[in-house]
Amino acid sequence: MSGTARGNLPPLALHVPEPKFRPGDKVDYSHLQISVAGEQPRPDEGCAAVETHPLCLDLVRVLGEDHRAVGPWDPKLDADTLRRMLRTMALTRAFDDRMYRGQRQGKTSFYMKCTGEEATSVAPAMALADDDMVFPSYRQQGILIARGYPIVEMINQIYSNRADKLKGRQLPIMYSAREASFFSISGNLATQYPQAVGWAMASAIKGDTRIAATWIGEGSTAEGDFHSAMTFAAVYNAPVIFNVVNNQWAISSFSGFAGAERTTFAARAIGYGIAGIRVDGNDPLAVYAATQWAANRARSNAGPTLIEHFTYRAEGHSTSDDPGQYRSAHEREEWPLGDPVNRLKQHLIALGEWSEEQHVEMDRELMEQVKAATKEAEKNGILGHGLHHPFRTMFEDVFEELPWHLKEQSEQAIHERQVKWPDWKDA
Amino acid sequence: MTYAQNLADESPVSLSQAPVRRLNMIEAINDALDIMLERDPDVVVLGEDVGYFGGVFRATAGLQAKHGKTRVFDTPISECGIIGVAVGMGAYGLRPVPEIQFADYIYPGLDQLVSEAARLRYRSAGEFTAPMTVRSPFGGGIFGGQTHSQSPEALFTHVSGIKTIIPSTPYDAKGLLIAAIEDNDPVIFFEPKRIYNGPFNGYYDKPVEPWAKHADSAVPEGYYSIPLGKARIVRPGQAFTVLAYGTMVHVAAAVCAEKGVDAEIIDLRTLVPLDIETVEKSVEKTGKCLIVHEATRTCGFGAELSALVQERCFYHLEAPIERVTGFDTPYPHSLEWAYFPGPVRIGEAIDRLMKA
Repeated sequence: MSGTARGNLPPLALHVPEPKFRPGDKVDYSHLQISVAGEQPRPDEGCAAVETHPLCLDLVRVLGEDHRAVGPWDPKLDADTLRRMLRTMALTRAFDDRMYRGQRQGKTSFYMKCTGEEATSVAPAMALADDDMVFPSYRQQGILIARGYPIVEMINQIYSNRADKLKGRQLPIMYSAREASFFSISGNLATQYPQAVGWAMASAIKGDTRIAATWIGEGSTAEGDFHSAMTFAAVYNAPVIFNVVNNQWAISSFSGFAGAERTTFAARAIGYGIAGIRVDGNDPLAVYAATQWAANRARSNAGPTLIEHFTYRAEGHSTSDDPGQYRSAHEREEWPLGDPVNRLKQHLIALGEWSEEQHVEMDRELMEQVKAATKEAEKNGILGHGLHHPFRTMFEDVFEELPWHLKEQSEQAIHERQVKWPDWKDA
Repeated sequence: MTYAQNLADESPVSLSQAPVRRLNMIEAINDALDIMLERDPDVVVLGEDVGYFGGVFRATAGLQAKHGKTRVFDTPISECGIIGVAVGMGAYGLRPVPEIQFADYIYPGLDQLVSEAARLRYRSAGEFTAPMTVRSPFGGGIFGGQTHSQSPEALFTHVSGIKTIIPSTPYDAKGLLIAAIEDNDPVIFFEPKRIYNGPFNGYYDKPVEPWAKHADSAVPEGYYSIPLGKARIVRPGQAFTVLAYGTMVHVAAAVCAEKGVDAEIIDLRTLVPLDIETVEKSVEKTGKCLIVHEATRTCGFGAELSALVQERCFYHLEAPIERVTGFDTPYPHSLEWAYFPGPVRIGEAIDRLMKA
């Protein structure tokens, strides 16, 4: 079917975005505009949102090429805090490596690493108060680790074993940890965004002092929930921080499929009239500083902030993904913003507060720590090996109370077990 | 069942002494919201036009002025946002009562209801819950066309983790809404807007009787609640059982009265969890069952009811189960009454049951 020709007008052409590099391609990042560290202005936290809007098209950076912290965004953290940040990021990486291996060994069904993105969860968690409520997406395990949540509990969840606090109901890594002010993770993308706004609105309705923060990938900013959340936050001036982790890839779709060919993700803030900051997501100090700025702003009733963390997903989307099928392996090697763990390590060394030897020793300790936690969790079983929550719990928590139809269905389910294994008894 | 019987069955003794007023359904709903805003500082009411203006159907009239702007407020036109922020408010510890202006508008909020509110308790093993009551006018008969007339209850009864409530009288609307707000699970509270002002009997071409003349418009002042999951026997009878809810309770009752048949009319009130005991007892007694709803037929809630009655009462059945519903078309504007399951459609089903 074709329409009417109009003189010499050209036929309309549909633009389908295409990433710059595919498997085997040589990578050239010269098109990326990487700002010089320390040169971005830091407006007052209570400023009009519009004053931040130039930062939405810039890139806030603190750590320079010489590994020194420079400029108005330097959070001036003491050496102990810096070492704690480094250790937490390194622990997150060690944890990821071990869990990835566990999945490959058949101990669980699924895992997602955050390699290269550790700063985008660890640094914000350290800049927030521990009782500020976080509504994460699925790659913010660094928050739980930064808040001191026991990694053995995380492993229990990943194994869906009998000690899993979520009773084996959730896909691995979809944690929920109320005591760590960490909201239940959903597999449906972007739903946490309006929920974080609602929590922040409730906190404001009650005259509380706690704020909310939420995370999303750049790909999911295309969901309607993202825009609903931004509108509600702008309308009610909600005390919330929106984090967009722009790691360039949503499974196999590059950021162009979420609009990155046109503008930055931080620039979404401009249209909603809220504060926005685009930050080097592999610079832990810049991420910390941006979060601290946004938290102070929210806590003083000056409104929400959108922070885009410009980073790179160094590994596959999940254990079910093979990025070698769709992107060049050189992307990771050539990424111009480096690696967040290494950058903080080099910063501490440049300060004379750390050494290569200490780092090797720390990595060894962390590996042992994760190994010990894994062993501990395995006492309670791994997925599919029989040690799970009692059978009847499958029907609990659908409602607060068990209605008749679920009661009948649970009896049927138990009956089926008894038919299959006549001696079977529920734990 | 009369108001006095309602009181005897479901209310504390002190309530029988409470002053009683004649309210229509809107006033009863407004009263319930007012009482809950007063009793529980965690209750908040939000939705499009619900604040200063008091809602397009006036259900929230006066509530913002009385309880303040942070308890009763307008929202952006975003059902996804309304339900989404209500989930977050519930996680904080509030008890939000969002209004979706028409049930037909609820679909942008469906992911937040189905994947989030309904699943939160289960997926977090009880760490977080979404104790919200989503109020929404539903059903046709007001010349609303296809975007202001739908009955999407079966979309929600199909979802594990949501309760679905549909009142049919002012007395029930108040008591059920209070119970829904107090409930710790997410509740869909569909308000049959055709009977906001009077109990419609199905004859669109005859004058409407106001609620004031109906026994169940007698609404006591103050707090009372009606337990969720309990049906109401509107009229006991022997000839056959009618299972209905919302507007269709009144239409079915009027047709039965007109035909002079001794039907046992059951107002289900709660679709999930269903009061299966009352349904079974009645069908076992009468041996015949007529299911009536306004929603489209295929996979409507009537299909579930029919299956349950067949599974559980088969050896008592003396006739095929009759199912009277709207047609499987969008709700047409000009031919609204051709769509509506009115006295002719219901009457013929009754004739078939009586002959069997």
